[in-house]
Amino acid sequence: MIKEFIQGLSITFKHLLPGHSTTVQYPKVKLQPSERFRGLHRLVPTQDREKCVACYLCPTVCPAKCITVESAENEKGEKYPKVYQIDLLRCIFCGYCVEACPVEAIEMTGNYELANYHRDDFVFDKQRLLNTK
Amino acid sequence: MTAEMLSLSNAPLLFIIAMAVKILVVFGLTMGIVAYATWVERKVIGHMQTRLGPMLTGWHGLLQPIADGIKLFFKEDIIPTQASKIPFILAPMMILIPSLITIAVVPFGSDLVVNFGGKAYAIPLQITDLNIGILYILAMAGLGVYGITLAGWSSNSKYSLLGGVRASAQMISYELAAGLAIVAVFMLSETLSLREIVALQSGSILDWYIWKQPLAFLLFLITGTAEINRTPFDMPEAESELVSGFCTEYSSMKYALFFMAEYANMIVVAAILSTLFLGGWSGPTPWGPVNLLGKIFSFMFFLMWIRATFPRVRYDQLMKLGWKVLLPLALANILVTGIVVVLQQ
Repeated sequence: MIKEFIQGLSITFKHLLPGHSTTVQYPKVKLQPSERFRGLHRLVPTQDREKCVACYLCPTVCPAKCITVESAENEKGEKYPKVYQIDLLRCIFCGYCVEACPVEAIEMTGNYELANYHRDDFVFDKQRLLNTK
Repeated sequence: MTAEMLSLSNAPLLFIIAMAVKILVVFGLTMGIVAYATWVERKVIGHMQTRLGPMLTGWHGLLQPIADGIKLFFKEDIIPTQASKIPFILAPMMILIPSLITIAVVPFGSDLVVNFGGKAYAIPLQITDLNIGILYILAMAGLGVYGITLAGWSSNSKYSLLGGVRASAQMISYELAAGLAIVAVFMLSETLSLREIVALQSGSILDWYIWKQPLAFLLFLITGTAEINRTPFDMPEAESELVSGFCTEYSSMKYALFFMAEYANMIVVAAILSTLFLGGWSGPTPWGPVNLLGKIFSFMFFLMWIRATFPRVRYDQLMKLGWKVLLPLALANILVTGIVVVLQQ
């Protein structure tokens, strides 16, 4: 019994020595998320517009039903999303929308600082999604 | 001590001044240590759990105790509607005061020589040297239980009541074993005055009572830890099962008083342990208070270390340990000590 006491105490004492802390001083020091981290979405732009062709595959596959798309045609006769909204309060960051997209119009960035003060601020419309880096 | 040195009883004015200074210094020191013990504990436990502990307020969180104090002072002080007001307000004080006045009998060093009116006086570095010092300590330790029971009772909450009952049961049980462990010490010293007990140990490290009474030392270590409700015996707080035990309904500065009492108790137990078993203020450096504080800090660090290492015991295990293991051991220790003392004569 005494041996186990000493063992336990020595383990905790070893941790007291410097160099054992795994804490990251968050606001000052930030960790780089991995390459495949699924953070905030972004719509990929082409020359003059977004890649998205409003095919409705992403709202269809979305398990949380957080994507709203309304399609329209522009003057060239191309389909484009008149409305493209992602409600981040519903989103579960599963990445299915990215997988479903046939034209690779939607990506996920490493952006994870998504806190906000109002419910409305969590609804990302087309412009905001195009502007995310 | 030379022969021409006078004792303080010949100079009442100096006696009063010395007493006031001693009380202020000891009280201030205790409160300072209490405040910074919280910081040290958070740091030590943090690092032991591979965290950093407080880092933002000041350098490595050094101003954290001050920030905590200010915050607790301005926090809303809630008294439950149906609570018995007077006991509710008295309870935190009744826990803190006994632990503070226990320090009065702890000797911090030998005599300080002061020139006053052309004569040399010897001021003992101890607030008061009671000839029944140990009994006084035990009595004061018993008073702390009242505060806890009162806090639990007056809160008008089932959780608080259960917590208070549990806490008082625990403290009373362990006080018995602690008292019996101390009995073995004054069987050897044949005096109850802490000053003389330190003097008996002041020869070398081999004169410390820890070598003559290793079992009593161990028993007092365990029972002392249990009596001041530190992990692994911190049933009263038991945040996992009783919300917060007897201080569930407390907030603001009253709540802070409970925790001040806990740390003050740590200091008291550390001081008593050092005085009884580790030679008190005698030690490597020529300054008595430094020696004693060194021992106190080491023991407090040990308590924090224990807290970061061992899980909390269950309440029935705690009671079993107290009554069926420690108490018989303490009694057996007294028996053996008695036989040895008689045979030596």
